[in-house]
Amino acid sequence: MSIFSLAITVLIGVLFFVAFFHFSNFLLDYFRVRASKKFALENSIRVIIFTAPAFIVLFVFILYPVFETIRLSFYDKIGENFVGLYNYSWAIKDPDFKRSIINNLGWLIVVPTMSTFFGLVIANLADRVWWGSIAKSIIFMPMAISFVGAGVIWKFMYDYRGPGDQQIGLLNAIAVALGFEPQAWLTIPIWNNLFLMAIMIWIQTGLALVIFSAALRSIPNETLDAARIDGASELKIFWSIIVPYLEQTILVIWTIITILVLKVFDIIYAMTNGQWQTEVLANLMYDWMFRGGGDSGRGSVLAFCILIGVTPILAWNLYRHKQDQKV
Amino acid sequence: MKKITFTSVLSQLLLLFFVVAWIVPTFGLFISSLRDKDVLAISGWWTSFTTTEINEIYRTEGKDVQIKEGNYYFIKSNLFDGGQEKKIFRFGITSKNIDEFKVGETALFKDQTEIIVFENGDYVWKSKEEFKKKKGKRIFVSAKSPPSFTLDNYKEVLLKEGLGQAFLNTLAVALPATLIPLIICSYFAYALTWMKFYGRDILLATIIASLVVPLQMCLIPVLTIYNDFGALFGVSAKSFPGIWMAHTGFGLASTTFLLWNFLKTLPSEMIEAARVDGATHYDTFIKIVVPLSIPSFASIFILQFLWVWNDLLVGLVFLDKHPSEIILTAKLKELLGSRGENWEILTTGAFVSMTVPLFIFFSLQRYFIRGLVAGSIKG
Repeated sequence: MSIFSLAITVLIGVLFFVAFFHFSNFLLDYFRVRASKKFALENSIRVIIFTAPAFIVLFVFILYPVFETIRLSFYDKIGENFVGLYNYSWAIKDPDFKRSIINNLGWLIVVPTMSTFFGLVIANLADRVWWGSIAKSIIFMPMAISFVGAGVIWKFMYDYRGPGDQQIGLLNAIAVALGFEPQAWLTIPIWNNLFLMAIMIWIQTGLALVIFSAALRSIPNETLDAARIDGASELKIFWSIIVPYLEQTILVIWTIITILVLKVFDIIYAMTNGQWQTEVLANLMYDWMFRGGGDSGRGSVLAFCILIGVTPILAWNLYRHKQDQKV
Repeated sequence: MKKITFTSVLSQLLLLFFVVAWIVPTFGLFISSLRDKDVLAISGWWTSFTTTEINEIYRTEGKDVQIKEGNYYFIKSNLFDGGQEKKIFRFGITSKNIDEFKVGETALFKDQTEIIVFENGDYVWKSKEEFKKKKGKRIFVSAKSPPSFTLDNYKEVLLKEGLGQAFLNTLAVALPATLIPLIICSYFAYALTWMKFYGRDILLATIIASLVVPLQMCLIPVLTIYNDFGALFGVSAKSFPGIWMAHTGFGLASTTFLLWNFLKTLPSEMIEAARVDGATHYDTFIKIVVPLSIPSFASIFILQFLWVWNDLLVGLVFLDKHPSEIILTAKLKELLGSRGENWEILTTGAFVSMTVPLFIFFSLQRYFIRGLVAGSIKG
């Protein structure tokens, strides 16, 4: 499509929603003036105008699909015949599924831990030097980049050439300069997972960093000064004052990154597509959505596994929301 | 004035290490996208700042360009295609000894013809008899190449590889997919905050639960709906309006939640005063709430826009891979598969896909951070 027709499509799409709200409210006001003041009725219609579009979208794209996916997980590949727990028993026996679960657990342990740790350390370091805000900007920058873009960046870093050739990937160039053999990093089973995780850590450290930076400012200076006067070392202050003080923030960042990691798809899909034992649930699920014409039963089981992974966080969020409402 | 202590020097060095480690991958990509593709394939990007020595193979011209001067036949031409700033310092005529001769020396082929190669790539090939072969001979050269950067890769990627169209497609996906949820959710969040109605608390709890529901849970049923819808009306199941609504759906919970978080901080007296004065909820929303919410709209706009711009999964599922629909991330993934060794295309393509996010990042970083921090206060 040309730029012009694209622009027109975009404009119509957006204006449609603006017009909906404007005219429905206009009509309501018009008839209100006409038909005396039935306040309660007017109010309920207004509530419907305000909430209906969002609710319909929420229902069609989130609520209904969640229950439909759970239903489909008990049906065959075209979603027509009930097969009971067959898809689940298939999953338990499937080696790719086992590999995905193990890898996802690895991701869950390594990525949130390392991102949070780096974020906390860097936020602390950046707080005490004059060029701290520039440093923070640079480390935060990968947050703006897509996972696929980051994939290309790191695939280039990991690039492998045979031992005699000039290495154009930085990691292998360093390895060779230090006297090691060059490696095809992404094809070494088990270890390659760490190289993929590094990409996610590289991106998410920035998130942890900015949130910690904001939280660090809330630590009272008197507490820190008192500790310094008492002769506590910076390392001691970090572990005994700052870390306990930020406990809540650490937990929040941990959950955000955990949710993200459970769904990790783009990086695996772009870099290895699950080869060399790097399979994860989200990629396997995408695979089964289309493999052999698509198997909605197996795909749904895999999606459901991801949902089970986030359920504790979901419950915890709801619990906290309830606590807040009471106050 | 602070004392320079061991700890402060150490923390500066440590921070410097982190900064360098974090910037180098992106920097390398950027530099590579500006390098000549032949050089890029054989040397690391870190060598591009200094004069490098490279070994290359060229072929001379054949019999078609020969001229006769006196008793001899000559072929005079240049090895390079032109426009290159390389300087040859040695050359060879066999693969066994690729740097046998200095520039300006005469090399003797087996067929008794003589060749001289000069620093700038010019050569003179001399023979007593007429040249008979159409194909020239191979010349091995060792050349020094000064640092040189070019925008050729960008031209190639944008025009020939179809990334220019993909860029426009992404824009056509991302703008509505950001504005539509913002419009819908601002009304929704207003209702959740300031209107009293039955089921409000349950709706709010549903939003909070939906925040963490993985996208994967929704893909198969939504795709089925789209396919059925497409079949029913005889339209394509994959279209721009389709992906706008999909992104609206998947971003609805977080957009609503962030807006709700902001709206409830507005003073309730102000809203109530307006209501008492006879303003309808619509007037209150348009005339009071929207103007006050502009900064928060900006933050949410940026978050959702970047999310959509950088998304791959939704684009793969709800759009065709046809050039008129494919988005940047999907295109980039396709290139990773088909042009995996053409680093000039990959690095440039990746950088093109990063331009808009990086521009937003550097110009609106404050709003971006504010949005992230606001979103993090709850999960």
